[in-house]
Amino acid sequence: MSQVTTAPLTAKDFQTDQEVRWCPGCGDYSILAQVQKVMPSIGIPRENIVIISGIGCSSRFPYYMNTYGMHSIHGRATAIASGLKASRPELSVWVVTGDGDSLSIGGNHTIHLIRRNFDINILLFNNQIYGLTKGQYSPTSEEHKITKSTPFGSIDHPFNPLALAMGADATFVARSMDRDPKHLQEMLTRANNHKGASFLEIYQNCNIFNDGAFEIFTEKGTKLEETLFLENGKPLIFGANKNKGIKLDGFTPVVVDLENGGSADELWVHDERDFYKAQILVRLFDNPKSEGHLPRPFGVFYETERACYEDVMRLQIEEIQSTKGKGNLDKLLKGNENWIIK
Amino acid sequence: MKRKEELLQDVVIKFAGDSGDGMQLTGSQFTNNTALMGIDLATFPDFPAEIRAPIGTLPGVSGYQLRFSSDRVYTPGDACDVLVAMNAAALKANLTAIKKGGKIIANIDGFDSRNLRLANYPEGENPLENDSLSSYEVIKMDVTKMTREALKDIQMGMKEKDRAKNMFVLGFLYWMYNRDMETTIQFLKDKFGKKAEILESNIKALQAGYNYGDTTETFTTTYKVEKAKMEAGVYRSIMGNQAVAIGLIAASEKSGLPLFLGSYPITPASDILHELSKYKNFGVRTFQAEDEIAAIASAIGAAYGGSLGVTTTSGPGMALKAEAMGLAVMLEIPLLIIDIQRGGPSTGLPTKTEQSDLMQAYYGRNGECPMPIVSASTPSDCFDAVYEAAKIAVQHMTPVIFLSDGYIANGAEPWKYPQSADLKPIDVKFKTELGHGEDKFQPYVRDEKLVRPWVVPGAAGLEHRIGGLEKQNITGNVNYEAENHQLMVKIRQEKVDKVADYIPLQTIDNGPEKGKLLVLGWGSTYGSIKSAVAECLEQGYSVAHAHLRHVRPFPKNLGDIIKNYDHVLIPEINNGQLIKIIRDVYFVDAKGYNKIKGTPITKGELMDEIKKYV
Repeated sequence: MSQVTTAPLTAKDFQTDQEVRWCPGCGDYSILAQVQKVMPSIGIPRENIVIISGIGCSSRFPYYMNTYGMHSIHGRATAIASGLKASRPELSVWVVTGDGDSLSIGGNHTIHLIRRNFDINILLFNNQIYGLTKGQYSPTSEEHKITKSTPFGSIDHPFNPLALAMGADATFVARSMDRDPKHLQEMLTRANNHKGASFLEIYQNCNIFNDGAFEIFTEKGTKLEETLFLENGKPLIFGANKNKGIKLDGFTPVVVDLENGGSADELWVHDERDFYKAQILVRLFDNPKSEGHLPRPFGVFYETERACYEDVMRLQIEEIQSTKGKGNLDKLLKGNENWIIK
Repeated sequence: MKRKEELLQDVVIKFAGDSGDGMQLTGSQFTNNTALMGIDLATFPDFPAEIRAPIGTLPGVSGYQLRFSSDRVYTPGDACDVLVAMNAAALKANLTAIKKGGKIIANIDGFDSRNLRLANYPEGENPLENDSLSSYEVIKMDVTKMTREALKDIQMGMKEKDRAKNMFVLGFLYWMYNRDMETTIQFLKDKFGKKAEILESNIKALQAGYNYGDTTETFTTTYKVEKAKMEAGVYRSIMGNQAVAIGLIAASEKSGLPLFLGSYPITPASDILHELSKYKNFGVRTFQAEDEIAAIASAIGAAYGGSLGVTTTSGPGMALKAEAMGLAVMLEIPLLIIDIQRGGPSTGLPTKTEQSDLMQAYYGRNGECPMPIVSASTPSDCFDAVYEAAKIAVQHMTPVIFLSDGYIANGAEPWKYPQSADLKPIDVKFKTELGHGEDKFQPYVRDEKLVRPWVVPGAAGLEHRIGGLEKQNITGNVNYEAENHQLMVKIRQEKVDKVADYIPLQTIDNGPEKGKLLVLGWGSTYGSIKSAVAECLEQGYSVAHAHLRHVRPFPKNLGDIIKNYDHVLIPEINNGQLIKIIRDVYFVDAKGYNKIKGTPITKGELMDEIKKYV
């Protein structure tokens, strides 16, 4: 007998019997907890949820989720998920990946999934380091980073993941962090609700190899000054006393001091549907240590609707079947021209 | 005028010209026409890797060899009776392939000073005007001029008119071999129906070529090849890649599994992608992925979701897919990896044939990573072999490699096609709920074939996780224990070995069951070995031919067969690959015959080799 749960599911129903094996204090624990909390609320039966991951610390994720899951190979989760979604559009498919997995070895598949707009939720756990291989710099590590493979500092220029997603014509682009459970839950829900490829970057602390990489955004003392939480239809305001805002000077975002002569009327009002402004918003990516830097935005940067690959694929098949009729194997075997040998 | 009609048994024609001269089209049209006459045939298209190599040069020569006969034929022939040479380079590149006394139909316009220079003939030397071709019958015709003349009333540029030259030649050959041109006229109508001038010019050129033969008194003889004595039945013409595509659809229909193809274009495998993408009315999903790895990865995703997952490629793509194949082995899910081999290594010889991926298929992955391997021996055999490969994949929950090569992929032959009802059933059952007495789903519990259950997402109560890390026996949980790893490596091997219990025993294709020499082949060498062994048998030699479809695992009786002969000869279009495995498995002092020239082995050279042992 199959054991279909009829009572409303709880976070506990999404836990497995496998021991969670991330390092104590890893940001992944919080992300797992938020995903398990959100899952019961999205109204999709467990058996229709599939979580696919690649390789890296974050990619152990599927083992801890009581859904269908595949822990695949490095960088290819996005491509495997694409094949699954193309052939089983009714499933809720989630990709869990890291900055190395999705932006380095698997960068190609990531941009193509986004371009095709499969209705898949990509959760990019960005810790700006290679954790599982014990501490080499990643494609999102800041310049000059000292790591095991860069004892004299890295010379790579990092990716801006959200700008990359916009460049690939993403239909949903958002950022959250492991240390803000409520915001993360909200973003996970939004990503799930979006029809199309959802690209959610989650800042995740690796307390072993890159501890504190995001603390300026996540810790009490600096968070309010350094972050900008986006709300649709609301002006871009930040600061401990909500005393600062962002306005556009031409195409350039500048900080407005609301307490010293700045007017709230001139502030940039966030519109998640504004394609052009979203291109500017994802570029608010200053090094928080640099002089006169802008705050780092969190929230939904951009959302739009575009046909999903799997739907168009299915429609095309249905259209051809309705005009040509369903395929007949014997006709196919026979071909167009025959001859008889007696 | 009434001419002599001569009856021939066997003819080899090679159409050769510039890669822009339409020789492949001309050849395939003549092939189709021949097939519909009920004449047996074999073809060998041979073209450069460049889409348009420099015009008039030797590397730019594109050829299409066709052999047709009132007897059964298995190879496109060692040498040609007729060479159509559209230019000097085409003649030069193929001169050694013409039988003494054979005919050369030369397009004079292609032998002007420029073409002669491009073909590297010495200044002032024209083979059509000196006695260098005296041992052949040379038919000179100014195809370009006559085509232009025939099309003088059509309003189109000279360049466009010249494109119909190949149709003039085809028309002439139709006349020469007593053919009806209707198949080609119909083909042209289908192809150019919407472009009235192009259609008209092609048909006019075709008719002009035919009439040229008919009215010019210098041609005194036409030829006829009668229907072949083939097994009674209804036939069609089939090319190897086409047969793969149809075979996959048949496997999808008979198994009830939707077909998903993840593929990245690569010569000479792309035609399978092209062909399958036409058949959306069968519910086929074709996904042109961003690269070779995404192609196989998407097929793995689809297979995980319950499709018949397939990826198609050639050698370089196989190399890229290796890691993902390992994942499929670990996941123990069905998957078909189709490798249409070509000359390697690296980019190698993209349009030339080779059997050099056998070792890659056997061993080209990290770890102990066994997979069944099925190979096809002729264009039509691609259908049966790929169907068989799909059946093994879904019934044994394993990725399977299917090997074909450029020669049979592009080659055509008559096919007595099956009826769908006659195809072996492919029974597949997903596990959808816990069985009696089962309180928890165990993804790696096995049946008597050592096959684990296929559960696809959507089955409530069977949610589980799988992945590329080593699995604990039965539970499928991640496990790094020493004893478990050894056990799992052995189980995965035994599972593949056990496929041998479910495939047919090896048979002797031709020759005695015991004797001096066994010629053992696999893949596209079938026709050459078949012809060479048949002729040696006629000459009284003690030789037999066995041809492998299943190269991993081998049929269970192969060792016993090998023991029945004093010698084993293994001809391969590689530097000796099957031979290494046969020596390894059966401790037999097998000898190789290895030709690595991008072309099939000829009957003649193989007969010479056979005679060294008998």
